[in-house]
Amino acid sequence: MLELTLFYIASTVALFATVLAMTRTNAIHALIYLIVSLLAIAVIFFLIGAPFAAALEIVIYAGAIMVLFVFVIMMLNLGEKGDARERQLLQPHVWLGPAILSLVLLVELLYLISTVEGPASSGSVSPKSVGLALFGPYVIAVELASMLLLSGLVGSYHLGRRYLDRGL
Amino acid sequence: MFEWGPIMLAMGILIFGVAGAAFLTWWERRLLGFWQDRYGPNRIGPFGVGQVVADMIKLLLKDDWVPPFADRMVFVFAPTAIVVAMMMGFAVVPFSPGIQIIDVNIGLLFFLGMTSLAVYSVLLGGLASNNKYALLGGLRSASQMVSYEVFMGLSLMGIVMMTGSFSLVEIVKAQENVWFCFSQALGLIVFVIAGIAESHRLPFDLPEAEHELTAGFHTEYGGMKFAMFMLGEYLGLMLISAMIVTLFFGGWMGPSLIIFEINWLPPVAWFTIKIIFVINFFVLLRAAIPRPRYDQLMSLGWKVMLPITLFNLVITGAVLLWLQEGGL
Repeated sequence: MLELTLFYIASTVALFATVLAMTRTNAIHALIYLIVSLLAIAVIFFLIGAPFAAALEIVIYAGAIMVLFVFVIMMLNLGEKGDARERQLLQPHVWLGPAILSLVLLVELLYLISTVEGPASSGSVSPKSVGLALFGPYVIAVELASMLLLSGLVGSYHLGRRYLDRGL
Repeated sequence: MFEWGPIMLAMGILIFGVAGAAFLTWWERRLLGFWQDRYGPNRIGPFGVGQVVADMIKLLLKDDWVPPFADRMVFVFAPTAIVVAMMMGFAVVPFSPGIQIIDVNIGLLFFLGMTSLAVYSVLLGGLASNNKYALLGGLRSASQMVSYEVFMGLSLMGIVMMTGSFSLVEIVKAQENVWFCFSQALGLIVFVIAGIAESHRLPFDLPEAEHELTAGFHTEYGGMKFAMFMLGEYLGLMLISAMIVTLFFGGWMGPSLIIFEINWLPPVAWFTIKIIFVINFFVLLRAAIPRPRYDQLMSLGWKVMLPITLFNLVITGAVLLWLQEGGL
């Protein structure tokens, strides 16, 4: 019962934070709400028995990727100009189309959830079993992800190098 | 299902954390004075310890002012983030057997997550101030902390491999025979350096570097909001010290357990003594080493620390596999 209450609190926070993150015109405020939403999702992961996923959600998404987002916004330093452009994006003719399409998907999702019976799985997944699964049956996915990261690394090295050769 | 123990402990950590941070401001200045051949604050009360109270009264009486050009909401939110994140980090620290708020099987990752969330405080404080020095300080802290987080996490993976768990209690128990500071010496070096960079203290306090950025990210902060930043910094120092003790120096276990098989001091006392040693070491580093240039800091990270941690990981893994096969 306590877990259920905590789940509903966390998911309400996540929903509100996400909506606020989309509607804020100030990019930094939007990012702060997005971070709150990620933290709420980490709480949900913890509650449904995936502590490892919860920890990674905090360390990687909230702690590293969003920091880089904030970093980029700081470098661009848009200020008032950015606000004005964001406000234009919030006019109905911009978001109405995507909203209708997402609504169709939402209805479909709700229908699918109503047909599933009972919880998919119970019990906690330990970090060890996650590791065993990743390097056992899913080792190809790990290898592919590492190749993708390597290509990203080589690409950024290439971009940075050309910049350095120009004498800056 | 509702227990009072953890709640009392949490209250205790809150009180001891704040009081300890206040005490540390005085202790650090006295030690720095000692090592730099001068006195430091020695006027108020015995040994000048009354300086803590004087500083607090001064900070409390200051005008609580938000600059009109600042982003008000973020400006006020930023100093709280570091204090909350650092306080949360103490939740997984095992002070002694049984004295711990929560023992989760992701304890180590929880600590890493909380330290990475503390970055936002500096970042948002610098951005919301709307001041170019603060912005530069914030930018520096973002790249410094994101980089050093990588080595901080990687340097601990050797320990995780040797223990086979992320639980901090398991890690302390695995050090019953020999502390990880011997078998994971490379990990210890990298973790200490990354820990200083993460808590942005001298010599790695480039986000605030007084001589080039006025006061860096907290240029516009004063009064209690500035005090929150300082509280967060000292809490971070204590948290990093507690983690170094837990991960590398046997946590609550005293040397007596190994040599004489008797225990003259309770485990909490051993833990505290070790933490005090580590904190004094950090103060000594601050007194002894000058601040590097910003590009030197970043190249130290990516060109020296990253290869060392990866080398440590490979060696640890190889030795573990070799021992598993039967060793000699």
